[in-house]
Amino acid sequence: MSSQVIASTKSRARVLTEAEISEIEHEKTLYPDNQAVGLEALKIVQNHQGWVSDESLLAIAEYLDLSVADLEGVATFFNLIYRQPVGKNVILYCDSVSCWICRGDDIKDYLSEKLDIDYGQTTADNEFTLIPVPCLGDCNNAPVMMVGQDLHRNLTKDGIDEIIDQYRNKSA
Amino acid sequence: MAKIVVDGNEYEVNPNNNLLQECLSLGLDLPYFCWHPCMGSVGACRQCAVKQYRDENDEKGTIVMACMTPASDGARISIADEQAHDMRERVIESLMISHPHDCPVCEEGGECHLQDMTLMSGHNYRRYDKKKVTHHNQYLGPFISHEMNRCITCYRCVRFYDDYAGGTDLSAQASHHHTYFGRHEEGTLENEFSGNLVEVCPTGVFTDKVFSQAYTRKWDLQTAPSICTGCSAGCNITPGERYGSLRRVVNRYNSEVNGYFICDRGRFGWEYVNGEERVQSPAQVLDGDSKEMSDEEIDALFSKLADGEVIGIGSPRSSNESNYALRQLVGEANFYPGIADDEHAVNQLILKLHKDKAFHSPSVREIEQADAVFIIGEDITNTAPRIALAVRQSVRNKASELAEQNNIPVWQDAAVRELAQQERSPLFILSNAASRLDDVAQQTFIGSCAEQANFAFAVAEALEGGTPAGLTEQQQKLLLEAVEALSNAKRPLIISGSSNGSIEMVQAAANIARALSGDEPSHLALMLPEANTMGLELLVGPEQELGAALKRCASGEVPGMIVLETDLYRRAPTADVDNALARAETVVVLDQMRNATTAKATHVFPVTAFSEQESTYVNYESRAQLSFQVHQSATDARPGWKWLTNGDADINSIIKDCSDEAEGFGSLDGLVPRLTQFVAGLKIPRQSHRYSGRTAMIANRNVHEPKQPVDNESVMAFSMEGMPAMKDASILGSTWAPSWNSNQSISKFQEEVNGELKQGHTGTLLLAEKTESGVPFQASRGEDASTSDRLTLSLAFQIFGSEELSARSPAIQKRMTDAYVALAPADAARLEISHGDAVALNGGAVAVACIREKISEGSCVVHCGAQINPHDLAGAVSLTKTSESLPGKGLSGLIVSDLCEESY
Repeated sequence: MSSQVIASTKSRARVLTEAEISEIEHEKTLYPDNQAVGLEALKIVQNHQGWVSDESLLAIAEYLDLSVADLEGVATFFNLIYRQPVGKNVILYCDSVSCWICRGDDIKDYLSEKLDIDYGQTTADNEFTLIPVPCLGDCNNAPVMMVGQDLHRNLTKDGIDEIIDQYRNKSA
Repeated sequence: MAKIVVDGNEYEVNPNNNLLQECLSLGLDLPYFCWHPCMGSVGACRQCAVKQYRDENDEKGTIVMACMTPASDGARISIADEQAHDMRERVIESLMISHPHDCPVCEEGGECHLQDMTLMSGHNYRRYDKKKVTHHNQYLGPFISHEMNRCITCYRCVRFYDDYAGGTDLSAQASHHHTYFGRHEEGTLENEFSGNLVEVCPTGVFTDKVFSQAYTRKWDLQTAPSICTGCSAGCNITPGERYGSLRRVVNRYNSEVNGYFICDRGRFGWEYVNGEERVQSPAQVLDGDSKEMSDEEIDALFSKLADGEVIGIGSPRSSNESNYALRQLVGEANFYPGIADDEHAVNQLILKLHKDKAFHSPSVREIEQADAVFIIGEDITNTAPRIALAVRQSVRNKASELAEQNNIPVWQDAAVRELAQQERSPLFILSNAASRLDDVAQQTFIGSCAEQANFAFAVAEALEGGTPAGLTEQQQKLLLEAVEALSNAKRPLIISGSSNGSIEMVQAAANIARALSGDEPSHLALMLPEANTMGLELLVGPEQELGAALKRCASGEVPGMIVLETDLYRRAPTADVDNALARAETVVVLDQMRNATTAKATHVFPVTAFSEQESTYVNYESRAQLSFQVHQSATDARPGWKWLTNGDADINSIIKDCSDEAEGFGSLDGLVPRLTQFVAGLKIPRQSHRYSGRTAMIANRNVHEPKQPVDNESVMAFSMEGMPAMKDASILGSTWAPSWNSNQSISKFQEEVNGELKQGHTGTLLLAEKTESGVPFQASRGEDASTSDRLTLSLAFQIFGSEELSARSPAIQKRMTDAYVALAPADAARLEISHGDAVALNGGAVAVACIREKISEGSCVVHCGAQINPHDLAGAVSLTKTSESLPGKGLSGLIVSDLCEESY
C-alpha cells in the first residue's frame, strides 16, 4: 500500500510523543481499520496537547496512513475537536432551549462580560475559552455549563463568580 | 423491462435503474444536483422529489426522491404534481440561501446546471434577505480556481475527486451551514483528473483557471467535435475558439471511450496552439538566414522532391492523412516511422497481436468492467491517464458483486461503498517504481523491465500449468496470488504497452492473455505512446526503421529528407541525427512548433494543430476517430497532407484514397459524414445560435463586417447558420437543449443515460477482423545491465511533461519538474548522492536526483522530458554528482507517494 500522505506536506509533521503513540496503538486494536481510528487519535492528541495543530494533524495522518484532507474533514466536523489553541479551561456553555427558558442568556451575558470574551474567544490570560454547546443533557438543572470535565448546574450570576474564581485559584 | 406511469403516461423502463435516471432517459425534465450519470445516487440534495402513488386509486401519494427509488414495475409517479413541484422549489430556495447573486461575473453563467435547475424548479424570486455565509477561497494550483461562496453542498466534487478518481487531497470539511469543500491547506490539487471538477460541479465553485485568462461565454465559443492528441486513449473533446485563439477544452461524451471524463493533460495541455513558438510561415533557410517562400518556390520544391529519391519520416502525432500523403510522395520503401527503433519493434508486435484471434483489445468502457487486472510495466497514469481512471473503476466491480448478493441496487452509491469497505477486485501492478494506482492494488512488484518481464513470463507459465523456476519465496507467493485471481476472474484484463520499448514485457503480457483465453478472446490492452502511433505503424512495415533511414541519409545515399511533425532528437541518438541532418542536402521539416529539428532544416513549413484541421487518428485499440476542424489557424499553417499533395487534394479525397489504398484503413472513409445525410443538405454550424458580436468582432480594426470564412471541404460551417445538431447527434460539438444549458444536457442526446449518442459515432475499429492464430512466445530471460558503478535504466513518464506538445503549454509547465533520475536509498548512499542533487548521467546529460523508497536496488528510473534525449542513454548509466544546474524548478511539484526526502 502506498502512503496516503501527500508528499508536499509530509515533512512538516510533528513527532508524536510516546504516550500518544501507545494510546493510539491501543485504539488500533479495537477497530477494523485505521480510518476508524482517526477520530480517536485526534481526541488522544487533543488530550495531550490541548488542541490539534496543523503539525499534529499531519503527524496523525502520517502515523495512521490516512489522507490529511479526510482527517481534516473529521477534525472540523466535530465542534469539540479544537483546531485552534484554546485556554487552559474550556467552558462549554449550553445555548439550547431549556437553558434559554431558564434565562441562560442573561447568565451567559454576565459570564461574557466578566471574562471579556464572547463565543469562540479566549481570555487574554489564556485561562478560559468560551464555546457554545447545544445541550449537555441535564435540562432539569438548567442552565448548565461545563468547565473542563466538570458539569456546573443551576447557574446563577453569583455562582458564576464562584466557579470562575475556583478555576483561577486552581491554576494560580 | 418494467412498465411505469409518469403523470398518466405509460413508459417502458429498465427496473434495475432508479426513477430519476429512467425519467431522464425518457427525455423528461426533472431537476437534480447530487446524482451524476456515472456516480450513482446518494440522495443528498432532495432536488428530484416526485410524488409516488400506491396504485391507480391512490390520489394522495407520498413524496419520494426519484434518485433513491427503483423504477420497479407498476410504479406510478407524478413529476408535475403540485406538492412535488413545490417541494423542489423550496429545496432549491434553501440550497441557494447563501449562493451569491454573481451570475454576470461567474464563469459558470450560461452553462450552469444550478441556473438551469433553478428555472426548471420554478424558484424565480429569492425571499432570503439576511446575511449570507461566506467562505475563504483556496489557491488550488494552476488549473482550478476556487469560489466556495457559490457552493450548494451537493457533494459531487468529493464524490468525483475522492471516490471516483482516488484523490486524497480534497475533502468535505466542517458541517451544516458552513460545510466547506477544499484542501486541508492551500496548494495544488494533486489528482490527475482534477479538471473534471469544473464539469462535475453543478455551479461555479471550481472553474477552469486557464480559460479564465481569456474567458468567453459558452455560446460565444466556436466549437466542433475533436479528438485529444495527448496520448493513445483517443478521448473525445470539444475545444472552443474565439477571436482566432483557442480558449478551452472540455470533455465530449463518447460511450465507448472517455464517457464523461478526461485527464488534466487533455484539458489544460492545448495552450501551445496559441503560442509564439508556432512555426509561422513557410521558409527556406540559407546560410543561417530564414527567407519566406513564395507559392512558386514551394511548388518547385515539392515537385523536385516528388521526382527525386527522398526519405520521408512520418509521425505518431500526425493524422493518418498526413502520414499517408507523405508515404504517397516518397514511396513505401522510403517511408519510415518517426519512432525509436526499439519502440517501433514493440509497436509492430502489438499490431500483430491485434490480429490474433486469442485477443480482444478492450475499449475504456470494457476496461472498467474487468474483474481482475494485471498491469505489466506500463505506467498508465502517466502514459494513458484515462485508462488509469478506468482501471480504478474496475476494482469496484467487487463492490457491485457484493451489492448484488445483498440485494442492493448498484446505483445506491453510498450504500454500496459502505458495504464494500476495502473490498476490491484484484489489481496487480508490475512497475519500475511506485505507481499512482498502488493504493488500490492487491499486490505490486517493483523491478527493472527485465525483472518484470521474467516474472510475467513465470505467471504465464504457471497459468498454463507449469511450475516456473528461479523465483524467490516472496515472488512465488505473489505469483500464486495472481494466478488464482486471474483464473477465477470472469473478465480478466492484461495491460502493457510500448512506452519502455521492452518487447519482452509485451510478449509476456500476450502469453498471460493467451493462457486465459478460451472460446472467447481474452482482453489485452496494449498502450501506445502517442495519439496516432497505431495509425503510423499501420502504414509502415516492421523492417522500416528510423535508424536505417538516418544511416541512408548520413551515407549520402539519398540527398533529401522530409520530416513530418517529428523532433528527431527525441527519437534517435543525437549523434545519428546530427550526422544525417548534416549530410542531407535538403531537409524539409513540417511541424507545428519550432524545435531542435526545425532548427536544422533547410525548409520549414507550418502545419496545423489538432484544432485547426479535420483529421483522423487511431487509438490504442485501433479505433479510428474523426476530429473536425474547430477554427482557422492564425498562422500560414496548413495540414501536412495539404503541403505534401501540393494543394491538389481535399480532406474527403485524401481520406478516401487512404481508405482505398492503405492496408488496414478500409473503414476510414465511413467516418466522414456527407452533406446529403443532413436536412436539405445544410451544413452543421460550428457556432451556436446565440453566437454574439459577429458584426462587431473586428470593429476595432475595420468596421466592415467581413464575409464569414467558407469551409469548402467539411460538412461543418464557420458560421451560426445551418442545421444545428439538436436531436441528431451525429455531429455534436457543444451540447445544448432547451432548458439545459450546461453539459448535463448530454442526456438529451443519449439513447439512454450512459448509452450511445443518438445516431452517434463512436469511431470504427480498423483491426476488428482477426486473421491470425499465434502461439505463446518463448520466455526470453532478460538480464539486467547493471554493474557496481552502473545502474539499469528504465524510463519514467509524467502526465505533465512527457508529451511533446502539451509540455509547451504554460499551465502544464507550471506542473512540470526538471529531468530527474530516481534511485533507491541504498544506491544513493553508496554513490553519495542526496535528494535534489544535480547528477550527470554517463558524465553527460544532467538530471536531478530523486530518492524513492519503491525502486529496486541496482536500477534507476529516468524522466527525460524535453531536457534529455533518452536514446543517448544506454541500458545502464553511471551517476556522478555535478555542479551544473537545471533551468527548471527541480523536483518541486513532483507527485509520487514514495519519496524519501526526509531522511536525506
